[in-house]
Amino acid sequence: MPQALIAEDEPLLAAALATELARLWPELQLVASVGDGLSATRQALALLPQVCFLDIRMPGATGLEAAQALAEDWPAGTPFPLLVFVTAYDQYALRAFEAQAVDYLVKPVDTPRLAACVARLKQRLADRTAPAQATASAPAGDDTLQQTLAQLRALLGAGTPAAQPRLEVIQAGVGNLVHLVPVAEVLYFEAADKYLRVVTAEREHLIRLSLRELLPQLDAQQFWQVHRSLVVRASAISTAQREESGKVTLSLRGRPERLTASRLYAHLFKGM
Amino acid sequence: MRAMSPPPTVPLASLAAPAPAHEPSPWPAFVRRGLRNQGVCVVVALVIWLMAPNARGSLFTAWVYSTAIGTCSWFFIDGSRLLLSRWLAGRSTVPAARRARWPGARWMLACIVVGAALGYSLGTALGDAITGFQTPSLLLNRPAIAITLVSAIAATWYFYANERLRLEQLATDAARRAATESQLMLLQSQLEPHMLFNTLANLRVLITLDPPRAQAMLDRLIAYLRATLGASRSGWHPLAVEFERLADYLALMGYRMGDRLQVRLDLPAALRDVPVPPLLLQPLVENCIRHGLEPKVEGGRIEVRAEQCGTRLRLMVRDTGVGLHDSGHGNPAPAAGDAPPGSHYGTRHVAERLATLYGAQAHFRLQPAGDAEGGALAELDLPLLPADAPAAGTSPSA
Repeated sequence: MPQALIAEDEPLLAAALATELARLWPELQLVASVGDGLSATRQALALLPQVCFLDIRMPGATGLEAAQALAEDWPAGTPFPLLVFVTAYDQYALRAFEAQAVDYLVKPVDTPRLAACVARLKQRLADRTAPAQATASAPAGDDTLQQTLAQLRALLGAGTPAAQPRLEVIQAGVGNLVHLVPVAEVLYFEAADKYLRVVTAEREHLIRLSLRELLPQLDAQQFWQVHRSLVVRASAISTAQREESGKVTLSLRGRPERLTASRLYAHLFKGM
Repeated sequence: MRAMSPPPTVPLASLAAPAPAHEPSPWPAFVRRGLRNQGVCVVVALVIWLMAPNARGSLFTAWVYSTAIGTCSWFFIDGSRLLLSRWLAGRSTVPAARRARWPGARWMLACIVVGAALGYSLGTALGDAITGFQTPSLLLNRPAIAITLVSAIAATWYFYANERLRLEQLATDAARRAATESQLMLLQSQLEPHMLFNTLANLRVLITLDPPRAQAMLDRLIAYLRATLGASRSGWHPLAVEFERLADYLALMGYRMGDRLQVRLDLPAALRDVPVPPLLLQPLVENCIRHGLEPKVEGGRIEVRAEQCGTRLRLMVRDTGVGLHDSGHGNPAPAAGDAPPGSHYGTRHVAERLATLYGAQAHFRLQPAGDAEGGALAELDLPLLPADAPAAGTSPSA
């Protein structure tokens, strides 16, 4: 029996979607209904549903950010869920969804459209199990995962804000003291809760800035995003080791620790 | 905006409306003035001919001399003015001075005297060459000098006033355009499709689930749309009505956000009839929702309060949301692919509107709420107008 998760911050809309789905797809079991993006990721990873309905604008994290987190942390061996994005209005997002042939619903969701979406989801779930039985060699859902990863990459790329003036020096305050850290010395940035770790060869600093705010101010040629919470200086990476799960382990010049690139960004590391 | 109605002493430089990044070359305008100057020459010729018809014979002769002298004078005066103002601007460290093509009255007088003298000498020589007359040398012909000088001053004044008028017109147009644009952006942010379609989505659910509540919600939506779209953005309305409009909007948001939104509206009875500009607080309340509470997982409270401090009216809009640092209250950092359009127009619009309506009499401040609950606090401090005061000719527009 297929299972589903609904992430929608407006309670009436969440309840209505659940009711309509119950009518149109009685076999679908609703395992969780959450009101923010962070819970969506947490619950989906805990319950591993086959279908996720993700509202785009939610507190905590957007639907797209939740999808990114799922793509990065989804356990290997379980088929990646079918994602349906739900949005009230956003011409840019809609254009991106259209271009990537992603399932999406526009609020208010009318019944015929939801029915069509349900039919498509059922079809794709059926496709998923059929070829796996036919060709035992290919791991089930691997193609869908690769396809979903490509779609997500495109969607995340489409939402990137325009480049801003380059950041040259980072000012990291500790009490009354401000450390000035040239960006040229930074090896990587790692998001940690509300802070950002700025790591150089000698030491690290904490600044109150999100990766999302920082990224447009960095040179994308020099700094590669390799995970939703990790941006690394490309020239500081010495080796990249591809793992079974699709993740890539990076070792650095000048730092002992190893970093992990998610499968969403594994395509960056290919032999020439 | 000082450019809108400059006091008479404002130098031309400060009138120069939004300065273009690249200063256009001054020489085409220089030539255009030269052509218009031909008209001035004709007028001067006519005046001379009418005043002293027998002095030099025909109107043609008068026109030849006036054109020769006038054109030479224009060339020297206008040319020296442009070069001089460029030189002065190069020496000045004030960036605005770079736009000045007006060297100032004292320098201008020097340009006129020298330019007219040169123009007169060269012009009479030219005139003599064409007509075959012999004009007495410069110092012997006082009436001609006087006519040249007076014409030069009059023509300079004419061009100066003309240019000034044009720049004022430009500045006024720019200001009007900016006002319209800001109005449009505000309307766009209030009638944001995301808000409207989400509201309609909720309404669609309620229609089958709970028809009476659906009807109540629809009434709120109608009142909100009427207030936002209506022509009521000019004039004044009582504070009680302002609070009702806020209640409409917040009720709509209440349907959508459920228990994530708590609302407290606090209007003392004594202040109910105080006149305020319509929908003054609306953008602030919308900011609280959009940038304060919507991004916060657990939601929070929004408070709108009015109080009287002597002869002042204090209005406060606060939320217990994510606060100014993490949000777009002032400077939006939109979520990927889901940016609310023009969100900082809200606060800017309120500040501009207060400045237009009350001048230095009103103060607007947006700051962190500063207590344990956090969030943002917007404060407005206005003169307390008596209930029947603002009817007299003040029509606040955006």
